[in-house]
Amino acid sequence: MPDLGAYALEVGLAYTVSIALLVVLVWISVAQARKAKASLEQAEGRLKDG
Amino acid sequence: MIRLLTRDLRLAIRAGGGFGLAVAFFLIVSILVPFGVGPDRATLAPVAAGILWVGALLACLLSLDRIFATDHEDGSLELLATSPVPLEALVAVKALAHWLTTGLPLTLAAPLFGVFLSLPPSGMPWLIASLAIGTPALSMIGAFGAALTVGLKRGGLLLSILVLPLYVPTLIFGADTVRRGIEDLGPMTPLTLLAGITLGAIALLPFAGAGVLRVNLR
Amino acid sequence: MSFWEYANPRRFMGLSDRLMPPLFLLSGICLAVGLIWGFFFTPDDFRQGSTVKIIYLHVPSAMMAINVWIMMLVTSLVWLIRRHHVSVLAAKAAAPIGITMTLMALFTGAIWGQPMWGTFWAWDPRLTSFLILFLFYLGYVALWSAIEDPDTAADLTSILCLVGSVFALLSRYAVNFWNQGLHQGASLSLDAEENISDVFWFPLLVCITGFVLLFVALVLLRTRTEIRSRRLHAISLRERAA
Repeated sequence: MPDLGAYALEVGLAYTVSIALLVVLVWISVAQARKAKASLEQAEGRLKDG
Repeated sequence: MIRLLTRDLRLAIRAGGGFGLAVAFFLIVSILVPFGVGPDRATLAPVAAGILWVGALLACLLSLDRIFATDHEDGSLELLATSPVPLEALVAVKALAHWLTTGLPLTLAAPLFGVFLSLPPSGMPWLIASLAIGTPALSMIGAFGAALTVGLKRGGLLLSILVLPLYVPTLIFGADTVRRGIEDLGPMTPLTLLAGITLGAIALLPFAGAGVLRVNLR
Repeated sequence: MSFWEYANPRRFMGLSDRLMPPLFLLSGICLAVGLIWGFFFTPDDFRQGSTVKIIYLHVPSAMMAINVWIMMLVTSLVWLIRRHHVSVLAAKAAAPIGITMTLMALFTGAIWGQPMWGTFWAWDPRLTSFLILFLFYLGYVALWSAIEDPDTAADLTSILCLVGSVFALLSRYAVNFWNQGLHQGASLSLDAEENISDVFWFPLLVCITGFVLLFVALVLLRTRTEIRSRRLHAISLRERAA
């Protein structure tokens, strides 16, 4: 670990929160994409059968 | 168009809201603020200008959703849209009617409330001038916002979320005019910028509002 | 073969399917390299101490917060003029990313402000205009979610985006006028004398690249989601009619 001196808390907090925000954004986007893809495939399957 | 204006004005007066409501709201805000921050002249005087402007802005917001919503409900908006009057003019006239029923009374009532909030006398003319010049912009921006949300059932809250950020420049220049007027720091600069915003809004927003109305009536 | 070919959803899906994996990979590499480089291997600034390391998050996110709005403005215009559905869906897909970037910029800025300016929040022009930008993003997303008919929603949000851009610009200058700030001037412009030194500049450049690539990849992914849910909506309407 680099020596962050007196501002260790600030710098650490900035990095953790920002990276957490990015991870949440990516995670939500991927989850939504999966869900949309699955339900669309299901609906198209129904369309073909019906 | 003049007939449309008189019709709107008459409706606003008959509904009982029009003139009274906005000014009453303004009055209550001006009375509540001293309860919140204390009756001390030294604390009230520096914030009076800002509070009066924020109060005027909120009072203006209060009656915005009625600009188009009532006409939309009883179907007269469709009739007006098919009439030979261009939709852009309709939006402008609606905004004018809104200003006559809220902005103008607010401007006239503002000096009285300025006394309540112990606004220094040197700021008084600038308060009136900035409100007279700035409130038309508020009505015009509000008419655009009202046109955006006209078809929505719970449009009121959304309307304020959409319109309030648009009010930021007007509020900044308006309140700054009064503050500079009190401290004698050249209030003409923000006042002319405020006038610029108002004129720009009047020139451009009727077209945006009409475009939005066409989409909503489709 | 023109650029507009990709306004066709099917072509867009094909292209984005091929582009997305390398984009995600590249952006991941850039972000990892840039952030690790910035965090572990850059010296402390002689005045700001280790807080200077926040720059690798603050500057790219702030840049993206503005650029995402500009991208939304362009795609909204394309929708209004040429009526390409993919375009407006891309704007819709970009808005939440913009919100995240604005939040990140505000948060890292506040944390940076505490040791440097002695306060988390100052009504500094740039901070204030970012807060206003955040409100604009919120309004845009709120309007999308409030309207049921997709085409009406697309038209209305596009016009809101146009009008909002003008007022956001106005607010930016109004706020500048209203309060002289604590913020430092441009530290990245190419001609400025007081630019930051190369030690900080190169990792920052890598981070910015990573943020841009991540944004492009995410927009593609989210636009694909929007296209799929639009199609799903169409299918369910047809089924209900049948």
